[in-house]
Amino acid sequence: MRLPELEAILADINRIILGKERPIRLALACLLARGHLLIEDLPGVGKTTLAHVLARVLGLDFQRIQFTSDMLPADILGISIFDRSTGGFHFHPGPVFTQVVLADEINRATPKAQSALLEAMEERQVTTEGETRTLPEPFFVIATQNPTHQIGTFPLPESQLDRFLLKIELGYPDPKAERELLAGEDRHRMVANLGSRITSQHLIELQEKARAVHASPALIDYVQALAAHTRTAPRWQAGLSPRACLALLAVARAWALLDGRDHVLPEDVQTVLPGVIAHRLRPTDDTARTDTEAVAAALIEAVALP
Amino acid sequence: MARSNRPVSRRQAWWLLTTALTTCLPLAPQLPPWLSLAAGAAFIWRAALTWRQWHLPPRWLLILLVMAGTVGVFLQYRTILGRTPGVALLVVFLALKLLELRAARDAVATALLCYFLVLGQFLFTQTIPTALLACLTVLITTATLLAASDDRPQPQQQLRRAALMLAQALPFMLLLFVLFPRVQGPLWGIPQDRFSAVSGLSDTMSPGSIAQLSQSDAIAFRVKFKDAVPPQSQLYWRGPVMPSFDGRSWRVAQTQGAYAEVPYPEIGSPVDYQVTLEPHGKFWLFALELPGTLPPESALTFDYQPIARQAVRTRTRYTQRAWPEAMAGANEAPGILRQALALPTDGNPRMRAISTAWRTQHAGNGEAILTAAQDFFSRQLLIYTLNPPLLGADMVDEFLFDSKRGFCEHFAAAFVFSLRAAGVPARVVAGYQGGEINPVDGYLVVRQYDAHAWAEAWIAGRGWIRIDPTAISAPSRINSNFATAAPAGAGLPFLARSDLAWLRELRHRLDAVTNGWNQWVLGYNPQRQRDLLSSLGLNEPDWRSMTAVLSVLCGGVMLGLTGWILRNRLRVDPALAAWRRFTARLARHGAAWRAWEGPLAFAERAARLTPTHAKSIHEIAALYARLRYEAAPQANDLAQLKAKVAAFKP
Repeated sequence: MRLPELEAILADINRIILGKERPIRLALACLLARGHLLIEDLPGVGKTTLAHVLARVLGLDFQRIQFTSDMLPADILGISIFDRSTGGFHFHPGPVFTQVVLADEINRATPKAQSALLEAMEERQVTTEGETRTLPEPFFVIATQNPTHQIGTFPLPESQLDRFLLKIELGYPDPKAERELLAGEDRHRMVANLGSRITSQHLIELQEKARAVHASPALIDYVQALAAHTRTAPRWQAGLSPRACLALLAVARAWALLDGRDHVLPEDVQTVLPGVIAHRLRPTDDTARTDTEAVAAALIEAVALP
Repeated sequence: MARSNRPVSRRQAWWLLTTALTTCLPLAPQLPPWLSLAAGAAFIWRAALTWRQWHLPPRWLLILLVMAGTVGVFLQYRTILGRTPGVALLVVFLALKLLELRAARDAVATALLCYFLVLGQFLFTQTIPTALLACLTVLITTATLLAASDDRPQPQQQLRRAALMLAQALPFMLLLFVLFPRVQGPLWGIPQDRFSAVSGLSDTMSPGSIAQLSQSDAIAFRVKFKDAVPPQSQLYWRGPVMPSFDGRSWRVAQTQGAYAEVPYPEIGSPVDYQVTLEPHGKFWLFALELPGTLPPESALTFDYQPIARQAVRTRTRYTQRAWPEAMAGANEAPGILRQALALPTDGNPRMRAISTAWRTQHAGNGEAILTAAQDFFSRQLLIYTLNPPLLGADMVDEFLFDSKRGFCEHFAAAFVFSLRAAGVPARVVAGYQGGEINPVDGYLVVRQYDAHAWAEAWIAGRGWIRIDPTAISAPSRINSNFATAAPAGAGLPFLARSDLAWLRELRHRLDAVTNGWNQWVLGYNPQRQRDLLSSLGLNEPDWRSMTAVLSVLCGGVMLGLTGWILRNRLRVDPALAAWRRFTARLARHGAAWRAWEGPLAFAERAARLTPTHAKSIHEIAALYARLRYEAAPQANDLAQLKAKVAAFKP
């Protein structure tokens, strides 16, 4: 049975971002799997709105960081300033101290600023001037990046890309959805009027639930077979890492939970596979690199279910 | 893209180049220099192609080069068949194939050609280093073959995988080696040029011919005695007997018949031993004096030398018995005695004069003359040396009276001359004297520097008596070994020297290993195989029963392996088995399950294709998905699934 609160959340988001059910579902699965999300797309297709809406319906704090090439780590993490009245240093937390961070155009910033955020993402804590501060829970980063072939971008290295659980693309809406969007209400006002569906405590429980979704030995064999194939077949430059396998399994679990099941099916793995491998697996054949779905389909069709 | 059409990557090209190089380098000494150079040039060209990523040479150029190479080989050998031309031709093909690496199948073909050329090395030598080198080449070639299908792993990984695969093949190799029915002789006919340059005794003896052999430490033969080793002074290995003398050289009798069995009575106690004779290209089989039994396929000449029916061109093993105290020729044929008295009409007047004096003094008494000759030789104070001075026309006189320095052939020749001039039939016997016991495996090793010549005199009523004139002047040559007798500072072969103890020890060990290799690997002939199988309880095995045992064992190993692999496959989840039955049934109705398809996704598709069964398809798929992927499926789910699948009759 599908969980009513999750259905309600999806319905709310779909009302604002039209015609993007699948990416939205994936984004929510990513959040339930306690992972961070990378959205790669052109400006103006609703990346910021998606992040904003997610924060609203889930009842989470929201901050947005616009990445620029002159950004410093302190702009993200915060800075200690000397307070003359108390005679000591006072830490001013940066925008990263929130529950949902939208890191807009992350590949516009220099690698130094990028890695400041990425370390916070991985460790869920910030260490400045020798003092460690934990980030709030849940903590969820949605980073957007422009297609890397655009001018003035610093592409994220593979090791850092790996910290994003999923990468999705939104793409242009289809004509019907676009027409509806143009005729409809102002999106900003709709977001502002949106109430939260669950509390952050409830969200943490849902994350626990997603983690408890059963993956049978047969399914684990399947995930392993997929990874093994990428490691031996000449089609890929390097195979999937064990961390990628864990990511694949985690997202598949969340996807199964969204589908109202307590166990993972191979179909779940296959559905989330494109998002998991899109930023991790590089085909040797350059022409195939652009079409993530086709690459994933080729991988799926090459591995028999155990 | 089809697998066999994938282009050859740079890494694969380097692999292939390495393999080709390791395969061809050991063959280089056998090839004509122009071919080695041409192959080297092709390798360098290949390296440049890979390095600079140039285009491959055009096809017409390669065709021209192949034709030029073939013609070159033909001009070199006047044929393209046979061992060396065949190998040379293969090297040409291999070198040129490297310039034609277009697709993966070219890489595979090149690797297979390398395997074949590894075998080519064995056509030339079969020593342990060759075998080790071949193992290395096979390892690299196998790794190359692996790289031809997937070139991403690092070289060490490829080598490790190849080593693992070869290690897995090892039991089969051993099984086939031990049990595969052996044929007599090598599988390939070894051409006649095989032993053209082997050193050893020849059928003539002139001053200096044996001294030349003293420079060689090549092994002549190895002997394993059944019981105790006889004393060094009895180890006379009889070789060619040389009765005819032309004033300068001695030669073996031209035409002669042979005894089929030993013509003299057996006296005293026998010595049993087994000889492993290195190939020398002659018919002689060396035997301890006097030979008592004859090896198979051999006969005894009228002067008591065993000879084989065919020239010894492969390493030969035979069992022998010797009667050290036996006497031969008590009733010697007059023709042979006449030959043993023949002398040129003139020459060596001084010795002739002395001999004539003996004859008159002792009135033709052979034994007395013999004693007189031995006395005379010891009184002359002759010196045994490796570097005797050159002698003129009257060799015997110059040696005995002027230079007084000589090697064994001088002693033997002068002694036989003196007896003949005194009317006592005598002849020169060549062969080997002594040998050295290898303490590691107990074999007596006889080397070329043990070559020796001695004399044989015929005494009426007794027969032929061995006299070693060298022993009169240099007893240590006979009682210990060659090295101690040779004067200090003489140009001895390195290995004959006794002052380097550790070197000798090392040499003994190496020699024992080589001997083991020869005896058990190269010398594993039908006889050895039969003996081994008999000791394993297989009585009187013929090739049929050997083939049967081999097939049973190989089959057993294969069966075991297959069973082990299948065990995991056979232990199929019953739910999966039911699912397979179900999908097989659906496949016959146009909805084939793709192996990668999830059950629910398949049900969706199958239901669209066969809408009449949509309900049961969905039910079965849901049950199967629950059974296979749920944490705790309900107890009766499996029974339900089985029942539904059984009832599913599209």
